[in-house]
Order: sequence, then C-alpha cells, then structure tokens
Amino acid sequence: MSFATTKFAHPIPLSTTAARSNDHKPFLDPFKATRFLGSTHKFRFHPLTNSNHINIHRRSAVVAVSDVLKAKKPKSTSNLLITKEEGLELYEDMVLGRAFEDMCAQMYYRGKMFGFVHLYNGQEAVSTGFIKLLKKEDCVASTYRDHVHALSKGVSARAVMSELFGKTTGCCRGQGGSMHMFSSEHNVLGGFAFIGEGIPVATGAAFTSKYRREVLKEADCDHVTVAFFGDGTCNNGQFFECLNMAALWKLPIVFVVENNLWAIGMSHLRATSDPEIWKKGPAFGMPGVHVDGMDVLKVREVAKEAIGRARRGEGPTLVECETYRFRGHSLADPDELRDPAEKAHYATRDPITALKKYMFENNLVSEPELKAIEKKIDEVVEEAVEFADESPHPGRSQLLENVFADPKGFGIGPDGRYRCEDPKFTEGTAHV
Amino acid sequence: MAAVFQGLGAATALSVSNSLDSRKFLVSSRKSLSERKASFLVVRSDGRVVPRSNARGRRAEQLITNAVATKPDSSAASTTSKPGHELLLFEALREGLEEEMDRDPHVCVMGEDVGHYGGSYKVTKGLADKYGDLRVLDTPIAENSFTGMGIGAAMTGLRPIIEGMNMGFLLLAFNQISNNCGMLHYTSGGQFKIPVVIRGPGGVGRQLGAEHSQRLESYFQSIPGIQMVACSTPYNAKGLMKAAIRSENPVILFEHVLLYNLKERIPDEEYICSLEEAEMVRPGEHVTILTYSRMRYHVMQAAKTLVNKGYDPEVIDIRSLKPFDLYTIGNSVKKTHRVLIVEECMRTGGIGASLTAAITENFHDYLDAPIVCLSSQDVPTPYAGTLEEWTVVQPAQIVTAVEKLCQ
Repeated sequence: MSFATTKFAHPIPLSTTAARSNDHKPFLDPFKATRFLGSTHKFRFHPLTNSNHINIHRRSAVVAVSDVLKAKKPKSTSNLLITKEEGLELYEDMVLGRAFEDMCAQMYYRGKMFGFVHLYNGQEAVSTGFIKLLKKEDCVASTYRDHVHALSKGVSARAVMSELFGKTTGCCRGQGGSMHMFSSEHNVLGGFAFIGEGIPVATGAAFTSKYRREVLKEADCDHVTVAFFGDGTCNNGQFFECLNMAALWKLPIVFVVENNLWAIGMSHLRATSDPEIWKKGPAFGMPGVHVDGMDVLKVREVAKEAIGRARRGEGPTLVECETYRFRGHSLADPDELRDPAEKAHYATRDPITALKKYMFENNLVSEPELKAIEKKIDEVVEEAVEFADESPHPGRSQLLENVFADPKGFGIGPDGRYRCEDPKFTEGTAHV
Repeated sequence: MAAVFQGLGAATALSVSNSLDSRKFLVSSRKSLSERKASFLVVRSDGRVVPRSNARGRRAEQLITNAVATKPDSSAASTTSKPGHELLLFEALREGLEEEMDRDPHVCVMGEDVGHYGGSYKVTKGLADKYGDLRVLDTPIAENSFTGMGIGAAMTGLRPIIEGMNMGFLLLAFNQISNNCGMLHYTSGGQFKIPVVIRGPGGVGRQLGAEHSQRLESYFQSIPGIQMVACSTPYNAKGLMKAAIRSENPVILFEHVLLYNLKERIPDEEYICSLEEAEMVRPGEHVTILTYSRMRYHVMQAAKTLVNKGYDPEVIDIRSLKPFDLYTIGNSVKKTHRVLIVEECMRTGGIGASLTAAITENFHDYLDAPIVCLSSQDVPTPYAGTLEEWTVVQPAQIVTAVEKLCQ
C-alpha cells in the first residue's frame, strides 16, 4: 500500500495493492520449496535477487523516507528525520537494549537466571522506534520477548535484572520472571508466556482509553496502547479476533508485528498461507503497513503516523516490521535450523550500526559522544547486575501475598476466621 | 439501622443459628464495603463480639420446595423495615447490576447480546438503553478475546462484568481466565488487579444437549487467584452480584439456567452477601446436607419427605465454591457427624470431590460415617428427557442416601 508521510490511505482503497500482489510472486514460492529439509538448504533466502525484489515492494510502503535515506550527501538539518537529541536518545535506547540482553546471556550461562529467557538482539529498532514516541500514560503489551520493551518504556535496568534473577526487588517482586515484565508505573501490561495472550489485554487497555473519553467524559484522554507480538502469533485466533474488535470500535491501539521470520524453529513461510501479514489489516478495515524493522528511523516514521492516528481517534493500525533476531529463540535454543547466510545478511543490517552510520553521515554526532553513551550504558548494566546480585531472595512470607488483591479470597478457615488473618499467613506457612 | 445486640446466654447456638431470631436486617458483608452498618452483632462462643452477616440464617424460614416460580413462605419473620418487593431471579441479578452501575461509572458489562438484545436470559435488559452501547457492550463471538479484553480493561481501571452467554462458552476463554484472570495479580507482583466478574448460566437445563449443559465450576476450581460463587435464590443472586462487583478479586458467578424464574420477596434496602460464606438453609440435627445452585431445590424437596419420615436434615447452601466456608460447614459436621453432598457436577473432579477431601482433612474426627457425595453421572448430558433425568441427582436418591447414612 502506499501512504504519504502524513496520513495513511483509507482502508478501502488499499485493495489497489492487490494489483501489486498479482504481478509479484512471493519471494519464494512455497510450493516450489517443498525440498526444505534443514538449515543447509537455502529455503527462503536468495541474497541478491530477492532482497532487492523485496525492498522494491517493501520500500514503496514508505516512499519518502527511503528517498531521504538513500542520499549520501549530508543534508541541512531541516531535511533530516531526527534532531541530534532525538538521535542520541534513540541510540542510547537501542544500545541499552543490546547491552542488557548480552548481559542476560552471560548471566544465564553463569547460573544467575533460569528457565526460558528470550532475547531481543537485533530487533531493537522496533522497540525503540515505537516506544520512544509514547507518553508515560500510554500502554505497552508484549510477549515473552519483553525485556527491551520494558526498558524502552522506562522500567529501570535494575528492576528488570533483579526480576530476572528472581529477587524481591524485581519489578514483579521476583514472582513473574523473564516472561512477565509488568510495571504499573510505566504502564507495561506484560509480559505473557503464551503467544497471543497479550493482544486481548492490550485491546482492553485501549478500550479503557476510549471508555474514559466517551463514558467518563475525560475529554483529554488520548492514551494509546501498542501491542507487540511476532509472526507466529499472526496465525492465532486471538490476533484476528482483536483486529476485528479494535477496528469495529475504533480503539486507540497499534498492532505491531515483529516479523522475525521464525517461531522457534518454524519458518513463517512454512506456517502461513499468505506470509504478508500487513495485508491482513485491510481485511478487517484498518490500514496495514509493512516497514523495514531493522531501520529505526523508518520504524519511527511509521510509528508516528500510526500512533497519531490512534490518538486522534481514527482507530487501529497494523504494522508489520520485518526484523530479525540475532540469537536463538531462547537461551535454550541451539538455533541450528536457520541458514547462516540469512543470519549473516541480517547482521549487516544491524539497527544500531545503521543508526550510527546515518548520524555520522549527517554530521549529527561525533564518535566520542557515542562512545560516551556506550560507556554509560555499560555502567548502567553492570550496576544493574550488582544491584540484582546484592538484592535478597524473596522470603517465605511472600509466597501467599499477591495471590488475591483482597486476601479474603482465601476464605474462612475451620476456626471461623479468614485465613488471611492467620499469623502463619504472613509467614507464608499457612495452609490455604 | 439500629444495632441489635444478641444476648450472651445463647453463645454457642449463635454461631450457627443466631439468625433464626427475628429482625434479620440487611447487613453489609463482614468487612463492610458499603456505607451500611451491621444491623446486629453476634457474640461468638469465645465471647468475642463481631458484626455478622445475616445471610447465614436468612433462608431459615423460607423453604423453597421446587425449582420453578414459587411464592415466599408466609411465615417469614416480620421486620420493622419495609416489606420489600417481589421479583424473579434474573430481575434480582439485573437490579444488583444496575445498582452497582449507578454507584460506580467504571462498572461496565461486556458479552454477546447483552446490549440491544438484553441478554439471552434478560439479565441485562434495558441497561444498554440506560447506560449506552459502550457501557453495555455487545461483543462479537470471540470469548477468549473479549474475556482478555475485559481483563485488560480491569488492569487499566475499569470494572467489567463479562457474560458468557452460556457458561460452557467460557471454555473458549479458558486461556484468558486461567492465565491472565487468575494469575496476573501474582505474576505482576501485585501491581495490577483484575476486578472482573465473569458470570453466566450453566448447569443442566431442560434437554439443552450436552454442550449447553456443562458445569464449569469443576474445571475452574483449580485456578489460583479466582473466587467462585453460585447463586440460588433471588436474594443471594442480587447480594452475590453486588459483592462480586465490589470485590477487588476476579470472581466467577455461576447462575443456573433453570433458576432464572424463581420468585422471591427481597428487601428494598441495599444489601450484599458475603462471597466467602455459606448459607444455612435449614438447621437440623441428624445429617448435614451440603449443596449449591439448583440441587438446593432437589435437596429441599427431599427434605420435605425426610421430615415426614422423621429425619431432621441440616441443609447448607455452600454458595462459595472456592474457597469453601469451612467454618459453617465444620460447625455443622461437628453437630451432626454425618455428611451428604449433593451437587450437579460430574462425579470425577467436581466440587463435591474437593469438598469431600476438605471435610475429611479437617473434620475427620467428627464423622460417624463416610462422607457420601451424590453427583451427576460422568456422562455427557443426553438430549432425551428420560436419560437427562437419570444423569442428575433426583430427590428420591437424596432421600435414600440420607436414610442409608443415618442407619
């Protein structure tokens, strides 16, 4: 679909994009690819021919932006996509995400955190591109790959690292873990272990925003919710059901698909009849946009428009970000199925390197400034680890807290008192 | 309301049967959420004086003998308050809902056909006209997603009531109910609360077929972090609805398809019922019969026969399916030493199974006989009327069971 930088096309005329899909075959015809057996087989990846092929179609979604970025000459600042301050903010956020995740990997292999830990390396542009445009009151809902979403939204690195270490100073008191990052202060609604689970919750948060405006008459309530999820989720019922409801009621929500092409070991193409996810938006009456998710500036441009739409009450948008995770699905995933050439290709599109390059080429920043940021982030992450290390493990007394908001829910014991009044309850040794 | 102080002399009897006395006013539940003060105080057997919900004894005088529209027992104690008004159970639910929606603008309803259609059992009739389409939201047929949407709305400040058109449909919402509804408060370290009410009709109806006749209380009971209550009379339907809406916890309110047309006179004054307490329906001496929802009426019908045969059953409507009110139940077991559980759940893994375990664990020493649990057969509810009748517990079986238990 084409959209100008200022507004999205109305969903109905988007059917004109069908013309494009008629003359263009998907970059790999799944029916010809039945030979796929394993990682050595070049299943979906043809570096030279198809990436350009893809890019022609994908870039047409964001015409003006790519034209700007292609120019090599430094331009006057008025033509740039970001100011220096914005650039530094974006850079810092992405470097924080990357450094934090790298530290998580280290800590995991040293036995400081356990279970399923899903790292976000490579996808930083999506989180930074969207979340840095949000206000504190806006909500974010994510999946199990949620550390960086929480960090971008403002949750401190200490709180996230402590949570991962299972300490009581964690953002969820150690009770949630890697897959359940919540913050009521920063409106991070989770952190969900089952895919698709967070999308209805995000839809509910958007519903609250609309309810506040229309029923509670809080006229200035324009809170937006952004829901992040992956390509695998886009085959799940909850995705479609929520697209329907959000478009039906024009909820202020943006659905962001982080299409990193792999759902653990399942390639997106092997799981999906029509792999172009952005097309599913217009089917429900909302614009569907595809954007290069390895380029934070492109993501940011699309995000501005999508978030703006939602804030103005024009309804939801579906944004498909083509991105890639540099590591395996989780720290337990040996990551043997993906083609090394594919990984190498996306490594050249590292979003942090790309932003750095853009800022240098446009004389926005100097090398020492970026180095200073990197050093600062290293210190932040180190400090977070120290803090988490020194924090206490949860005591027994924490076991029964927070099961119910109102602990009377544990009921009345044989002695006639509410169980939560039993002194053993606060010690965590009561039998409930 | 004036506080009425019960005499110290009746200390032990009070804990179970205090409410047999007159002047059963309407009280807020034990931790008073509303502005109402307790209307009477209870002296416990250890001499403590506490405000007490009267719900426990309320039903003592009103023996409802069948599961269809009935008139209230005219020997109900007279009160100095207004006589109240008569209505059907679904109207009582609606009244409770409407009062709470008036009281708090964050309370909203969502579900299939709750708005313009007024609810498939008319519980929400007229509410969309009064409160608008956003507050009484007609959802598309997507249970998992709109339940999740209700949960997300609750996390961000609203208080939704999510209706399952039939409880069985909530099986589709099991993902959201188990993972998010039950667990989010805990996994977020207490940062988000989920004050939702999930309600709908369930149970075996009149030849509705297997899928529309399910008893979901047995499936949901293991989910940590939720409370489950079952209403059985217009009085407790309204009271539980209000209490559930005001509760900060997620509450699943089980209604029964066949009980919606029960008629009863309920007070005009505002009242709520405690979510955690059981209801004493008929005090007795020989055997404790624990039941809930529709089976209460089968039990009361059997009770009539049993009384004629010289038995004195104590009937308790447990109302709170999770958690169990082990105090009321325990006191009864300590008195009668025999327990019969009558439920509509399937034999395997039902509420009765859990209740049997809980009683055995806590009150084993007081039992003179093994606990008998009458449940529905482990059979998909057949369509044919005769077969359907045989899958659920009938009054004759209850009578036989009591006779056997009391030998």
